[in-house]
Amino acid sequence: MIAAAAFWIFAVLAVFSGFMVIAAKNPVHSVLFLISAFISAAGLFVLMGAEYLAMVLVVVYVGAVAVLFLFVVMMLDVDFVEMKQGFLQYMPYGLMIAGLIVVELMMVVGVWAFPADAELARAHPSPTAAQTVADPNGPTNIEALGLILYTDYVHYFQIAGMVLLVAMIGAIILTFRTREGIKKQDAAKQIGRKREEGYELVDIKPGQGLS
Amino acid sequence: MATADFLLDWLPILVFFGIALALALGFLIAPALIAPNEPDPEKVSTYECGFNAFDDARMKFDVQFYIVAILFIIVDLDVAFLFPWAVTLFNPELGADRGFQIFAFWSMFVFIAVFAVGFLYEWKKGALEWR
Repeated sequence: MIAAAAFWIFAVLAVFSGFMVIAAKNPVHSVLFLISAFISAAGLFVLMGAEYLAMVLVVVYVGAVAVLFLFVVMMLDVDFVEMKQGFLQYMPYGLMIAGLIVVELMMVVGVWAFPADAELARAHPSPTAAQTVADPNGPTNIEALGLILYTDYVHYFQIAGMVLLVAMIGAIILTFRTREGIKKQDAAKQIGRKREEGYELVDIKPGQGLS
Repeated sequence: MATADFLLDWLPILVFFGIALALALGFLIAPALIAPNEPDPEKVSTYECGFNAFDDARMKFDVQFYIVAILFIIVDLDVAFLFPWAVTLFNPELGADRGFQIFAFWSMFVFIAVFAVGFLYEWKKGALEWR
């Protein structure tokens, strides 16, 4: 009963937040609604028994991606008055593109056909999928993932590592700029400094200045 | 939907969600009912200490904050891959055979080596140094 109630709350919240992401006027509010949508999705994952996925969603998406979005939005130089200008001017083009997409979607849905064995597959879901959810004595979510991810799916795992490497290097190449003429503190140089380099003893004769 | 036993483990989290929601709503609604509210253009305007406000808060930041955030996401994802590995690998309850353990162990080390290449690159490039 509670599970069903939680499902409805999370589902409605997810759809509502998803709608508000595009409906909210203020981009900062959009990102906050996006975070709400992520959290509701995590709740839905838990209800389906995918607890590790839910936690990853919270840690990675809510903890990192959403904060990054918030960063970008706050960095953006959004001028609301300027944004509203030219609305009527661009509206015909917007409507034209929207109409095109509607027509395309109708064409796709019009030729949609279910494969012949779809009904059969839905009536008898694959035993492995049912077992992983239903078996309370089996490995937990994270263990089931760990048992196959590093051996059976080792190629995907290593490709994921490569993709992360590309993302890392790409981010640095795109955004990193070395700026000239900036005074930097070099701790090693400061520590390695000798006494002799720091001062000079000068014997000044009486009546003479220091030139 | 998952089994009832499984979901009962998560019930405290749901209760916490409820408490957090109730608290947040309470703090939003209570001031609207109780607190005196007499707005005035001078009172609600933005101010900086001592002088007129220069600008909006929406200004362009240095892109360097952004690099740190992106690199954080990548490390975050690497950690997400490490968790199942750490939990599963030498867990005697799962009864995995020796060959699996050794293969999975080195598989992760290759993954970390690839990550280390990127890390060395950003270190040498000086992207982690604050300018």
